[in-house]
Amino acid sequence: MSDLLSLSAVEARAALDNKDISAVELTTAYLAAADETASLNNYVARTADQALTMAAESDKRIADGTAGLLEGVPIGVKDLFCTKGVASTACSRILDGFVPRYESTVTANLWAAGGVMLGKLNCDEFAMGSANETSAFGAAINPWQGPDKLDLVPGGSSGGSASAVAARSALMATGTDTGGSIRQPAAFCGVVGLKPTYGRCSRWGIVAFASSLDQAGPFTRTVADNALMMTAMASHDPKDSTSSAVPLQDLAAAVTAGVKGMKIGVPKEYVMDGMDSEVTALWQQGQAWLQAAGAELVEVSLPHTKYALPAYYIIAPAEASSNLARYDGVRYGSRVEADSLDGMYEATRAAGFGDEVQRRIMIGTYVLSAGYYDAYYLKAQKVRRLIKNDFDSVFETVDALITPATPTAAFPVGRKIDDPVTNFLNDVFTVPANLAGLPGMSVPAGLTKDGLPLGLQIVGKAFDEASLYRVGGVIEAAANFTTTPARMAGGAS
Amino acid sequence: MSVDKTTVAKIARLARIAVPDERQGPLADELNAILDWIAELDEVKTDHVEPLASVTGHALPMRDDVVNDGGCVDDVLANAPESASGFFVVPKVVE
Amino acid sequence: MTNLVQGRTGEWEVVIGLEVHAQVSSQAKLFSGASASFGAGPNEHVSLVDAAMPGMLPVINRECVYQAIRTGLGLKAKINLVSIFDRKNYFYADLPQGYQISQFKDPIVGEGMLRIVLADGTTRDIGIERLHLEQDAGKSMHDQHPSKSYIDLNRTGVALMEIVSRPDMRSSAEAAAYVRKLRSILRYLGTCDGNMEEGSLRADVNVSVRRPGAPFGTRTETKNLNSLRFIQMAIDYEVARQIEILEDGGSIDQETRLFDTNTGTTRTMRSKEDAHDYRYFPDPDLLPLMVSQDEVDKLAAALPELPDQIRDRLIDDYGLSPYDAAVITEERATALYYEAASAGQDRKLVANWMTVELFGALNKGGKSLGQSPVTPENLAALVGLISDGTISGRIAKDVFADMFETGKAPDVIVAEKGLKQVSDSGAIETLIDDVMNANADKVAEYRGGKDKLFGFFVGQVMKASGGQANPGMVNDILRQKLDG
Repeated sequence: MSDLLSLSAVEARAALDNKDISAVELTTAYLAAADETASLNNYVARTADQALTMAAESDKRIADGTAGLLEGVPIGVKDLFCTKGVASTACSRILDGFVPRYESTVTANLWAAGGVMLGKLNCDEFAMGSANETSAFGAAINPWQGPDKLDLVPGGSSGGSASAVAARSALMATGTDTGGSIRQPAAFCGVVGLKPTYGRCSRWGIVAFASSLDQAGPFTRTVADNALMMTAMASHDPKDSTSSAVPLQDLAAAVTAGVKGMKIGVPKEYVMDGMDSEVTALWQQGQAWLQAAGAELVEVSLPHTKYALPAYYIIAPAEASSNLARYDGVRYGSRVEADSLDGMYEATRAAGFGDEVQRRIMIGTYVLSAGYYDAYYLKAQKVRRLIKNDFDSVFETVDALITPATPTAAFPVGRKIDDPVTNFLNDVFTVPANLAGLPGMSVPAGLTKDGLPLGLQIVGKAFDEASLYRVGGVIEAAANFTTTPARMAGGAS
Repeated sequence: MSVDKTTVAKIARLARIAVPDERQGPLADELNAILDWIAELDEVKTDHVEPLASVTGHALPMRDDVVNDGGCVDDVLANAPESASGFFVVPKVVE
Repeated sequence: MTNLVQGRTGEWEVVIGLEVHAQVSSQAKLFSGASASFGAGPNEHVSLVDAAMPGMLPVINRECVYQAIRTGLGLKAKINLVSIFDRKNYFYADLPQGYQISQFKDPIVGEGMLRIVLADGTTRDIGIERLHLEQDAGKSMHDQHPSKSYIDLNRTGVALMEIVSRPDMRSSAEAAAYVRKLRSILRYLGTCDGNMEEGSLRADVNVSVRRPGAPFGTRTETKNLNSLRFIQMAIDYEVARQIEILEDGGSIDQETRLFDTNTGTTRTMRSKEDAHDYRYFPDPDLLPLMVSQDEVDKLAAALPELPDQIRDRLIDDYGLSPYDAAVITEERATALYYEAASAGQDRKLVANWMTVELFGALNKGGKSLGQSPVTPENLAALVGLISDGTISGRIAKDVFADMFETGKAPDVIVAEKGLKQVSDSGAIETLIDDVMNANADKVAEYRGGKDKLFGFFVGQVMKASGGQANPGMVNDILRQKLDG
């Protein structure tokens, strides 16, 4: 069994096509892996029957010679994606019992490519969080452990996705990234995560957090797997007005294309107070690897970087306060009965939303309210323009940027933070790409002295995901990141 | 700009979230911590900067005027906490 | 013409502005593919987008955009090639998203103008401030259950045009004329069916009063009026109420009011207004709406002739009175009927027959012009028979009544009933001779100076002819014989 789990998706696809293994075998192994690692709480719903049915269909299509790109590959789905006939709750009590009658475009694309759905993965409530601790299903756990054996957070908001891929209870997983929710957990869990260019993946059928920032993306163990999954997920969707028709590049080819002749920018503003020295060292190591592979490293300046986070914490809550108004106990989800309509709204939303979500709705409501709109929301949008201008100007001279993915490695579950702002700092390196709509990838590149994974982030031009896969491929090869987490299915330990 | 308990109550009302009296003070503190930090943006000169609402460069796509949806009352009501005779049902609204 | 209202303490000027919500004529809704038509069972015209299911997204209907542009062109307004959709955030049972998608800062149509014609034939230009596209809300029903409201989302997401006037109206009559004219333009353009009973056209009226020459007073907004009569009643009530308050030394609260159709009064709206802070911001699910000048030009080139243009033509070329011209052009169907009925005929005479006889008969029969048994061709034929002397105007009325009853052509009726006018001078002379012989005493009186008896002889001759004698010839010959 552990042999099956150690296959990358690309390897598994080859083995399936060669009939060395069957999709049902592979899926069975992953379902068992999910059972074995259930204590990580990374699944919130398992769809074993559906998975086995889909796997059997995959085997038929493989036999027929009509296999799709992801035929037979077991995939976990972040609970933010609406999946037909399967409870979809955004890990919030307010969506308790909600079973969509529709399938999100991204997951529909995956199933159309032959992917097999294993179940729904834990995440922060409405994707609001950076540690997967705001989930109504409780925290998901990172399969990695330090010497103290404490439970560590997998990052967030797509914490369940990163945890499952790292723990080998899913071969691939979907995530969404509004301010770093794919790249930060990927870094914390030692897997590859991509936030595509805004507009690459349809948002249709994904529970919205902040519409102008949200993007779906893939979690995988390798860069090549990531290119494979991304190729299947992305599409131009007429049902999403912000979806782009710009054709996707040949991502699989980019993985092995190398970086010779590429100009890679190193933004000097990404040196931050309180950043682990190990993070700084890894960043420099990454630059050295790229240089050795033939890239030219250039120091660049993104002067408004430090304002990205505060701007984000105006724009995202503002949009969220409006996007989450539909959760009102009338048409779906939970309801707390009251005598009046307003009483029902207030009781339902107070009981249904957790603290962090309530706090963000309150902030968002405040910054949009009469008298404050200009000072907060409009100001943030102007700063957003300046941040995008910064990127536009450096991308006139460089092909991609390399930065750390996170300022620290994963931290223990339940770390008591009184100041909500401290939690926000997890996203300091990832948020700017969301504000500018640019693609960003986190690639595992090394370990801390405590043996916890660290990632490097690559940020590229809009619709140039290929450059990220080129750089990611080189970093992956150079880093030779082969260490596996302690609490992995089919366990090393 | 900082929020007090009254403002918290007002925002909570706008957002239709019941916030008990004893939570209003602590919530005001939490919101103020965030707002104080956000105030960092005041340093940025934005006098002649156009606000950016969407990074997408293309124009709004338009669809044809064709009826190709609806007629799915079952799907619409399937998840409703309360419905009757094809309607959603809510506590009586007083106008 | 002055519109000042006399109060106890002096004169007041009324200031009125209107926000008209016109449902866009389209097959599907503004942002979803569900049907925009009326009359379905509860929630049957609802898509998952309209029900605001998690993850559902809006995609705009091109036809709704074009309809807004056509309307803007009809109002001689500036078309904004770039406009923005905003979210207007508030909670209500029939607003599933928790926000209405609307246009706040950057509407699709900017300033324009609408010319109204008043009862005395004078015109006034009313400024249009803007027109924007927005979603309609659903319907809450409160009478199905003692403690519950029932929600139907069929109307949710149907496209509306909100057309905002400048505060340029000075009386409820002007406000009614404005709405009538606006409805007329919308119908000509085919951009809204203008059906006020079904709610396709509703108006919010902003009313204030001031002393002549003084700055604007504080206004109230009375919402959701769905008939011309209610609009006038609500305004008149508000004017009287405000003047009374001000003359008693009070002040007007800026507020939203509801009109009670049973009592004809307005009252403060209790709910929903507690702290309305709509928190408008650009809808991040939508991008800026962009149209090209080329598209606008094409839409402009394809517009039908509008009532003002036709009206001018009727007055200048056909010599119609401004009033008749306004009546005939209010509805496109009427104007088309008139054009068909009057082609090649005496235009003024046709106008007269249409506005008096035809409209009178239709009104009495509770019929619309579309249901008229008298076709434009037959009305033209009738007027033709009058003009060429085949029948008299008097006989024509009887023929018309028959036409309206049976739908038959006038020449058929005239032939069947032998109503053809007698224009044979010999036959008329015989009739006159008979009448004069039978009334020798009256002839003597007439010739003795009692001129007024002339009418009596005409009447007797016409009566003797069964109304068929040509009245002009009767006049001429009779005068010759009497005076001769």
